[in-house]
Amino acid sequence: MRTVTTNSIVSDDARDFTSNVLNEVVAHLRHEHARLRDGWIQRIVDGRYLTAMSEQEVFAEATSLYGSYLEVLQTGSVEALEAYAQNLSGRIIPRGVDVVEVVGILLVLRDVLARELFSKYGRDVSVLKRVLDAYEPAANRIASTVAVGFVRERERVIRQQQEAIRDLSTPVLPVRGRLLILPIVGAIDPPRARQLTEQLLRGIRSNRAKVVVMDVTGVPAIDVAVANHLVQTMEAARLLGAFVIVTGLSPELAQTLVGIGLDLGKMNTVGDLQGGIEEAERLLGYKVVSADPSRAIA
Amino acid sequence: MAVPILKQRDYLIATVQDPLSDDEFAVLRRTLVEQVGVFRSRGVIVDVTALDVLDSFSVRTLTELGQMARLRGAATVIVGIQPEVALAMIRLGLTLGDIATALDLEEGLAWLDRKMNGIGSRDHERS
Repeated sequence: MRTVTTNSIVSDDARDFTSNVLNEVVAHLRHEHARLRDGWIQRIVDGRYLTAMSEQEVFAEATSLYGSYLEVLQTGSVEALEAYAQNLSGRIIPRGVDVVEVVGILLVLRDVLARELFSKYGRDVSVLKRVLDAYEPAANRIASTVAVGFVRERERVIRQQQEAIRDLSTPVLPVRGRLLILPIVGAIDPPRARQLTEQLLRGIRSNRAKVVVMDVTGVPAIDVAVANHLVQTMEAARLLGAFVIVTGLSPELAQTLVGIGLDLGKMNTVGDLQGGIEEAERLLGYKVVSADPSRAIA
Repeated sequence: MAVPILKQRDYLIATVQDPLSDDEFAVLRRTLVEQVGVFRSRGVIVDVTALDVLDSFSVRTLTELGQMARLRGAATVIVGIQPEVALAMIRLGLTLGDIATALDLEEGLAWLDRKMNGIGSRDHERS
């Protein structure tokens, strides 16, 4: 007796009949697997799918995907396929395989198998109809399961990378007692600006900073909202008793800031990071002198 | 709940320990400004470390406190504003005007000392 899981693709009333048809279809497809699989691989190559993978890899994936495909057709359970799709996606996403290719090869396989069914059962239309009634929903389900699995896996990777970039991209670095540096690299969007502000304020508190040099050399462009946010960050830092110096404003950024009519009196700027650190040291009462002038670099 | 006000050398130190109502804030302002005269204080420190919220009334009261104390000859510094409080204040557009701020009590005392001695006074703390 075959147990029907909640994931079964067959409805209860037609269960036995459909599974008999499917069993027969799967037995035939399994018997012919070498020929059909090779035909499929040929069409993958002709269609220029999976170009990022070697021939052997395509062959191995095709063999194992073909097996999984028949398995799902027979049992109706997509759980094993979901796991396989996730695993496959994890392997091929880093190699730059696109969702179009994954969906493409599945639709090609669907087509290859459907043609096979046509040629085998095409003589008797009523039999063909029953075979296709059983085959089509299962094939659709397989295609959508793998495609969704692939997209989910890719979204997971993207989210993970975004978090990693966020964590890495705004370090708050103590350079001397009471002096922090905040180098900002890359575009700033409002969520990142918020996160940056929070990190800075926390850094000021934990390091008991009096002066912060915010270096924006690595920021290509800025919009009104983010510019306002940066000014607000400076004011918030001041409420904690710290003074913010902005350095490395490019001509483009300077033009933007002037253009949006910000209150620039609140902004303390120095040309570059070196100048900013020197100014900060002056404010903190540090004086950097060469201990050995003979070694000074001219 | 009354805010304890400590006299320390030339300075008055008020440490807010619980959330204050508007009235209590107003009382704090009046008391401090009065005591500046009584003790001939040169500096006032208001420690708000314990506060999770500074609303528009409290910010205005603190700003006025600073201006009134200045008229009576004392400099005011607000210390211990929490990062989250600072963020919320800025988002609401609340600022303390030209009233000085410092990280904590220790920094506030150091700031007043420098200001009284007239040495090491720095541009940014006047901004």
